[in-house]
Amino acid sequence: MSFLEVRGVNKRFGGLQALDDVNLAVEEGTIHAIIGPNGAGKSTLLNCFVGKLIPDTGTVTFDGQSLLGLKPHQVNQVGVSRVFQTPEIFSDLTVMENVIIPCLAKRDGAFTLNGWSSVDAQADIREKAEQMLLDVNMADKRNMQAASLSRGDKRRLEMAMCLSQDPKLLLLDEPTAGMARADTNNTIDLLAEIQEKRKITKVVIEHDMHVVFSLAQKISVLAQGHVIVEDKPENIKGHPKVKEAYLGGAH
Amino acid sequence: MDAIILQILNGLDKGSAYALIALGLTLIFGTLGVVNFAHGALFMIGAFCAVTLSKVLNLYSIVIDPTKTDFLGNPLKVKIPYVVSWFGESAGMAIINWSVPLAIICAIPVMMLVGFAMERGLIKHFYKRPHADQILVTFGLAIVMQEIIKAFYGANPIPTPAPDLFKGSFDFGLMIGFAENTIIYPYWRLIYFVFSALILGLVFAFLQFTTFGMVVRAGMADRETVGLLGINIDRRFTIMFGLAASVAGLAGVMYTPINPPNYHMGMDFLVLSFVVVVVGGMGSLGGAVLAGFLLGVLESFASMNEVKTLLPGIDQIIIYLVAIVILLTRPRGLMGRAGVMEE
Amino acid sequence: MFNKLDSNDRYMMIFFIIMVLAGPIILAPFGAGYPDLLQRFAIFGLFAIGFNILFGLTGYLSFGHAAFLGVGSYSAVWMFKLLTMNVIPALFLSVAVAGVFALAIGYISLRRSGIYFSILTLAFAQMSYNLAYSVLTPITNGETGLQLTLDDPRILDGANATGDIPSTNLFGLTMNSTYKAELLGMTFQFNVGFYFCAIILILGFYTALKIFRSPFGLMLRAIKTNQTRLNYTGLNSRPYTLAAFVISGMYAGMAGGLMAITDPLAGAERMQWTASGEVVLMTILGGAGTLLGPVLGAGFIKYFENIFSKINDNVLHAWFSFMPESIENLLVGVLHFFVGKGWHLTLGIVFMLVVIFMPGGLVEGGNRIYKSLRRRFGNADETQAAE
Repeated sequence: MSFLEVRGVNKRFGGLQALDDVNLAVEEGTIHAIIGPNGAGKSTLLNCFVGKLIPDTGTVTFDGQSLLGLKPHQVNQVGVSRVFQTPEIFSDLTVMENVIIPCLAKRDGAFTLNGWSSVDAQADIREKAEQMLLDVNMADKRNMQAASLSRGDKRRLEMAMCLSQDPKLLLLDEPTAGMARADTNNTIDLLAEIQEKRKITKVVIEHDMHVVFSLAQKISVLAQGHVIVEDKPENIKGHPKVKEAYLGGAH
Repeated sequence: MDAIILQILNGLDKGSAYALIALGLTLIFGTLGVVNFAHGALFMIGAFCAVTLSKVLNLYSIVIDPTKTDFLGNPLKVKIPYVVSWFGESAGMAIINWSVPLAIICAIPVMMLVGFAMERGLIKHFYKRPHADQILVTFGLAIVMQEIIKAFYGANPIPTPAPDLFKGSFDFGLMIGFAENTIIYPYWRLIYFVFSALILGLVFAFLQFTTFGMVVRAGMADRETVGLLGINIDRRFTIMFGLAASVAGLAGVMYTPINPPNYHMGMDFLVLSFVVVVVGGMGSLGGAVLAGFLLGVLESFASMNEVKTLLPGIDQIIIYLVAIVILLTRPRGLMGRAGVMEE
Repeated sequence: MFNKLDSNDRYMMIFFIIMVLAGPIILAPFGAGYPDLLQRFAIFGLFAIGFNILFGLTGYLSFGHAAFLGVGSYSAVWMFKLLTMNVIPALFLSVAVAGVFALAIGYISLRRSGIYFSILTLAFAQMSYNLAYSVLTPITNGETGLQLTLDDPRILDGANATGDIPSTNLFGLTMNSTYKAELLGMTFQFNVGFYFCAIILILGFYTALKIFRSPFGLMLRAIKTNQTRLNYTGLNSRPYTLAAFVISGMYAGMAGGLMAITDPLAGAERMQWTASGEVVLMTILGGAGTLLGPVLGAGFIKYFENIFSKINDNVLHAWFSFMPESIENLLVGVLHFFVGKGWHLTLGIVFMLVVIFMPGGLVEGGNRIYKSLRRRFGNADETQAAE
C-alpha cells in the first residue's frame, strides 16, 4: 500500500462533478505533483486530504489511516502539513513566535491549558525554533513582525513553520502562484534544498507545469476532475492527452 | 381564533418597527459592509423630529384677550400659538393636532442630512477597518447622539399624541364577522402598520425598478465587479445610507404616539433589530422584513397569559431564544446568502 | 514569587503593586482617595483585565460580560444571606457560578465568530437580564434588587446580638472599617474593603501577566491573527477560545462578588448590555491586548465619571469668573453639556476619538509620546556627540 492513497474519490457541487473517480498513489519520500488547468479540481482534491471537504464517495488513506472525517487540526496531528497558495502566517506575531507555535503544537497536541509557565522557559521549543530559522536563513529576522516580511520571506516562513513539525507529508498548494519569475526560482530552490536535507514526502499542486518538472518524481495530470495521466515527468511532457487538456478539448 | 387574530394584530406594529429598522441595517450592511450600531439612534432621532415639530408648532405668544376676564375682572392673558395667529383658529389648531404626520415631511430631509453627514464624516473611513472597529465607533456615536438628545429634551419620555381623528380604537372583530368587543384595535396602530407597509413597498419598488436600485442591488451581490464596470458606487452608497437613515427616522416619527419617545429608545430597539437582521440573514432585505414581522408577532403571542402560565418568562426571552436557535442551526438566517460574514 | 518573570515584567509587577497599594495616598490629592471610588477602580480594573483576556488576546468581542458580573453579585449576596458574612466563601461561589455560567454560554456562542458571536453573547446577556427582572424574582428579588435582611439564616455566623444587619468581613475584619490619617492637611483613608479588592486585583493582574506570557496566551494571540493557520498547525481553536471565555467570565464573576462584598446588594441592572458596553469602553480606551491598558481604562473612566458628574454650572461659573461675564456665560453654556449629567456625552466623544485615531488606546498614546520624546533626546545626544 502506498503512503498516501486516494481511491475512487468523487465530489459533486450541485451540478458540477468536481472530482470524478480520482485515484492517486503517492510513494514515501518522493515529490508527487498534481497538475492541471484551472478548474480541473486540484484544490478540491487537496481540500479532501486535509479535512476541509469530505468526498461523496471514495477513500483517502495516509500511512494506513483514513483521513476522511478528520478535522484540519487532526489531519495535522497525524503528520500532514499544508502550505497555502497565499502564505498563511500569524501576521501580528514575530517570526520567532510563528515558528514556536507549530513546535508547541507538535509537542503538546491540539489543546493544552498551559497558562502558567512562560513561553521563554520552554528551552526545547526555543532551541528547535531557533534551529529551524537558521535552516531557512531567517535567524536574523527572528524579532521582526511577520506582517512586515517580504512575500518571498513569508513563503519561506510558512515552509519553516510546516517543517518545524517534522511532517510525514507536506502538501503544497500552488507555492509559486502569482510570483515573479525570480521568486518562483527561489521557491523551487528552497524546495529542492529542503528535499535534499530532509526526505519528506510532498504533494505539490501546480498550475504552472514548468515548476514541477525540475522537482517531481511523479506527476498526475488532472483534467475536469479526472486523473488523465499519472507518470514520470519525462513521459508527461510530450503526452498527447496532457497537451489536449491544456490546449483545450477537441480542437 | 379571535385571540389569535388579536395577537397577530398586536404583533404587527412592533413588527413593523423592527422590520423598518432592520431593513436599513441590512441595507447598510449589504451595500457598505458596515455594522452600524448607531442605527437605533437614527430611529430615536426620527422620533424626536416629531417631538421637535410638535414643540415648534406649540410655540406661542401671550396676548391679552379683551373679551375674557379672570375672576377679578381684569383682562385675561392667553397663550396663542403662532400658527393659530397666522392661519386662523381652526386651521392652526388642525396643524398642531396633526403634528406627528406633518413631522414626516420635515423628518425626511433631516434624516437624509444626518445620514449623509454620518456616512461622509465617519463611516466612510471605516470601510476597510475590522467589523469590531465599526461596531465600536458606531456604538460610541450612538452614545453621543442619545446624550445630545438627552441634553436638550431631558431623560423623561415625552408624550406626543396622534391626531384626534385617529385616537381611540375600533372593533376590528365586528368588521370581520366576530362578536362585538372581541378584537378591539387602536386606529393608530393600524395606521402604523399600513404606513410601514407603504414605506417597505416604496423601498423595494425603488430598488427593483430604478437604475439606481439595480446598481445598488448589483453592488450588494458583488461590489468589486460593479466597481470594475466604472460605476461610481461610492456616491450611490452614500445616498443609500441617507435612505436607510430616513427609513429608520420615519419609523421613529410614526412610533411616537404608540410609545412616548425617550433618549434611550434607540438602544432598546437596536439590540432587537440586530437580532432581527441576524434571524433574517445578514444582507438579505426580504429576510429582514420577514423576520421583523415574524418576531414581532411571536413576541406578542408569547405575552399571552395562556402561554405565560405554561412557560413563565417566555415573553421576555422569546426573541433571543429564536435568534440563538436560528444562529446555531442556520447561521445564514432565514433568507441569507452564503458567505456573508462567515470566516 | 516573581523570580520566574523576566526583568521588564518584574519591574512592571512591582510598579503595579506599589501603585495599587499606595492608591489611597497617591489619589488623595486628586480628590479620589476615598474608599468608595478606590474600590470601584479595583473592581472595574479586575473586570476589564478579565475581559481583555478574551477580547484583547483572541479578538472575540463579547457584548454580554455584564451577565457574569451580575451572576457573581447575586451568588455572593446569597452566600451572605445563607451561610456567613465572611467574604471568602462568597467570593469562591461568585467565581464558581460565573465560571459555570460562562462555560454554558461560551460553549454555545463560540460556535460562531465575528459579529455573530457578539450578537449571541448580547442575546444571552439580555435574556439573563430580562429573566432576572421577571421570572427569577424569587432568586433575584426583581426590581428591588437582592438585599440582606435581619431574618436571613446565616448558618455559620450564629445568633445576631446587635439587631443590625451585620457587615461583610474577613474572619472578623469588617470590610467597611476605615483607618484615617491626617498629613500635610490631607486626610488619607485606608479602607479594609479597598485593600481586599486591591489584593485580588494584584493577584488577577499577576495571573493575566502569566497567561499573556504563556504558551496558552500565545495560542490565543494566534487565534486573533490567523485561525486558519492555527487549525492547519494542528491546534484546535475551540477549546482555547472557550477557556479564554470561561477565564474572563470568572474574572467578571469575581468583580461582581467584590461589588457585593463592598456593598452587599445585587440588582439586575448590573447585567444590562450597557454595562457590558462599559467594560468594552474601558478595555478599548486603555488599550486592548495590553496588560496595563484595561486597568488604566477602567481607572480613567471611573475617575472622570466621578469628577465630571460632580461639576455643575455653579462650579463652572466659579472657574471662569475671572473672565468677562458674556464669555463666562458662553463657556458655561457650552461646557454645561459635557459635565454633570452630560458626562456620558464626553465619554462617548472621547471613546470615538480613541477608536478613530488611536485604536491602541491610552497605552499606544503613551508609547507614541515616549517614542517621540526618546527620538528627540536621542537626536540631542547625537548632535552633542557630533560636536
